[in-house]
Amino acid sequence: MSKPQKQIHLAAHFPGVNNTTVWSDPRAGSHIEFSSFAHFARTAERAKFDFLFLAEGLRLREQGGRIYDLDVVGRPDTFTILAALAAVTDRLGLTGTINSTFNEPYEVARQFASLDHLSDGRSAWNVVTSWDAFTGENFRRGGFLPQEERYSRAKEFLATTHELFDSWQGDEIVADQSTGTFLSDAKAGAFVHEGQHFDIHGRFNVPRSPQGRPVIFQAGDSDEGREFAAAGADAVFSRYATLDAGQAFYTDVKSRLAKYGRRTDQLLILPAASFVLGDTDAEAEEIAKDVRRRQVSGATALKHLEFVWNRDLSGYDPEGPLPDIEPDLGEHHIARGRAQVRMYRDPLATAREWRELAEANNWSIRDLVIETGNRQNFVGSPQTVARTINDYVQADAADGFILVPHITPGGLDEFADKVVPLLQEQGVFRTEYEGTTLRDHLGLALPDDESGAMRAAS
Amino acid sequence: MSSTPSSSPLHLAVALDGTGWHPASWRDPVARPRELFTAGYWADLVAEAERGLLDFVTIEDGLGPQSSHFLDPDDRTDQVRGRLDAVLVASRVAPLTRHIGLVPTVVATHTEPFHLSKAIATLDYVSTGRAGLRVQITARPTEAAHFGRRTIPRIEAYDAPATQELVADLFDEAADYVEVVRRLWDSWEDDAEIRDVATGRFIDRDKLHYIDFEGRHFSVKGPSITPRPPQGQPLVTALAHDTVPYRLVARAADVGYVTPHDTAQARAIVAEIRAEQEAAGRAAEPLHVFADLVVFLDDDPAEAAARLDRLDALAGEEYTSDARVFAGSPAQLADLLQELQATGLTGFRLRPAVAGHDLPAITRGLVPELQRRDAFRRAYEADTLRGLLGLTRPANRYAAATAVA
Repeated sequence: MSKPQKQIHLAAHFPGVNNTTVWSDPRAGSHIEFSSFAHFARTAERAKFDFLFLAEGLRLREQGGRIYDLDVVGRPDTFTILAALAAVTDRLGLTGTINSTFNEPYEVARQFASLDHLSDGRSAWNVVTSWDAFTGENFRRGGFLPQEERYSRAKEFLATTHELFDSWQGDEIVADQSTGTFLSDAKAGAFVHEGQHFDIHGRFNVPRSPQGRPVIFQAGDSDEGREFAAAGADAVFSRYATLDAGQAFYTDVKSRLAKYGRRTDQLLILPAASFVLGDTDAEAEEIAKDVRRRQVSGATALKHLEFVWNRDLSGYDPEGPLPDIEPDLGEHHIARGRAQVRMYRDPLATAREWRELAEANNWSIRDLVIETGNRQNFVGSPQTVARTINDYVQADAADGFILVPHITPGGLDEFADKVVPLLQEQGVFRTEYEGTTLRDHLGLALPDDESGAMRAAS
Repeated sequence: MSSTPSSSPLHLAVALDGTGWHPASWRDPVARPRELFTAGYWADLVAEAERGLLDFVTIEDGLGPQSSHFLDPDDRTDQVRGRLDAVLVASRVAPLTRHIGLVPTVVATHTEPFHLSKAIATLDYVSTGRAGLRVQITARPTEAAHFGRRTIPRIEAYDAPATQELVADLFDEAADYVEVVRRLWDSWEDDAEIRDVATGRFIDRDKLHYIDFEGRHFSVKGPSITPRPPQGQPLVTALAHDTVPYRLVARAADVGYVTPHDTAQARAIVAEIRAEQEAAGRAAEPLHVFADLVVFLDDDPAEAAARLDRLDALAGEEYTSDARVFAGSPAQLADLLQELQATGLTGFRLRPAVAGHDLPAITRGLVPELQRRDAFRRAYEADTLRGLLGLTRPANRYAAATAVA
């Protein structure tokens, strides 16, 4: 018998602070008004997606010592917006990115447990780490956390929140009006945690929530990040949405699970992926080309080059050749608060490679950034996109995708209307929600059932 | 019937806390104690308050379990223990309501003003201009231990110099906290988002401002990650029982809640707050002073008193509160509110003794009574919470600085 078809997981990433979000499109709406979030969430729920995903940033990005002004700037508070979205949706999972460096376990645990109660079991936490003093300048903690400690703090942070979630068993609230017993256990919520980063004790004051704990996502890609995911996450938000890179990442991370006593189906791999649809594949390619031009203005292209050159390049013509000066190899100072800075670890080699590419293809600075930068992952007719997504999932390049449209808030509508029905026809995506909680949608057991037989059916 | 002449409209808020403010309230047949941790419970309460055209609801919170002791958790199992995060509750009900203000409690001790500022700004977006906060401190050593970042010395005697020093210190921190939160709300000018396609600029970064706050407990750079909220400055409120917190109210709040037990006390408190307000150079700015009252309301005053007695018997002790405890009819309460209002109070925050009973008694009994006396609104007359309270939308302090420069 052939291998049974995997069911695809789909999620929606609210477009926001990045240069793939096309704010200049006439259809582009607000990135902050609640109506945009409500529209986006309702579309995702109409399409029976597993969850909505919010990214986070805790300091406005800077370039050359000034706030970066070319991309979307501004976003709401994660917990607050997710709680409000719980009011306008019934089944959609609600995933928030929350930093483990600039928060404290007691407060984060309260917020996620509250969100899980208020959404009837739909909360998820994408655990991210940060160490930099730049972001720390907005917080009491400041910037003193050494880089090498960020994962050790994150691990202990996560473990501590689990201790807090588990400090209530779930059956303590009796609320018997006739006998006057509200709690069956006078010590409900009692906890003691003594560790390297946290030394806390007392009473947790939110009773156990429908999912027990939020679903845990992890997004880091380093070796440490992969171990962290294998040890304790329910899902990984990866950036490898191509077939080969996706398969390599998938195999690597899943192979790490055994040493933690976990089965390969206890961790889902969900890459972020963008898409462009057209009536035909050729039309979609044309639209994608246009989207790339809008995503990478001349000014944006120069700023992108500054990530590598670590110099002010504002005097260069974006439609002209690449700079002939070499990158500044000192400490990176020009762009702050951006993930891209860390992507180019060898600036000299990158600069040499880019110059060769530009010369060989007669590319301008802007052409180069467009050609080498983020491409749309899935481009084509609805049939092509549906087939490709399914092929990738069946070939174990992913368990599904977190889709990032480039238009707010309507960028998901076409996918919901045209691609989802094709996946449903193929029997690889749900036509109705089968359960009510996010754990139900993801096929994950409740935390206390992890070793049990509940998952045998999946 | 009362012959009280009509007087100027007063403002009414209601304070929501679990099943109500009496510790045995959960045992009332209407109490729904098993639903306390569901959205539906809170949505119903806030909808009821909105039906009564109330200005706003506050939602209690804390960084530890409720307790019958001032400083320590107790091991009681006969009272409600546990609660949801108040900001999330407010946000969860915001899309289900249209007019009423939503004012969650936030604890300034141990938490981050940066996070809180964006949370309340977001509540303001979600509610399209109906958000506020009630700032609170905690002096409980046990709650400090939940965070483990500092210890809070144990209060041994309330009038000891060390106690006064500790309380003053916590309020100083709260004042800094409110200052940071307010500066972050202003850190984006209202028209900072320009979407200038010609130059490719999404924002005008000259309209975003570092707040550069430096204080004893924290320093915050800014700007906020969240644009200036619809009200510009959501409502800042605080409960105060003494000179130090009166000073916080006078300097930093839009609404202060106080707990007078008679008109003489009310007059003295209002005078003290107004004097502090003048000393802070805010005399010209509107500052509401609301009195808090715990209310047992029944058409038959004897029944209200009997309910209080029954709940006290269930609790095994007489109910006491920082606020005056009123048991009587809606008409009697209306008389009392108008009498107290004459001392200079501008509104009231009523604490329903049993939420499921006394909240509807407020909205369906007290409110119509006040309306008959022309003392309360007959329809929501503004779209924002500041509007309901007659507060203007504040100018942005940084925009003013730019204009002068």
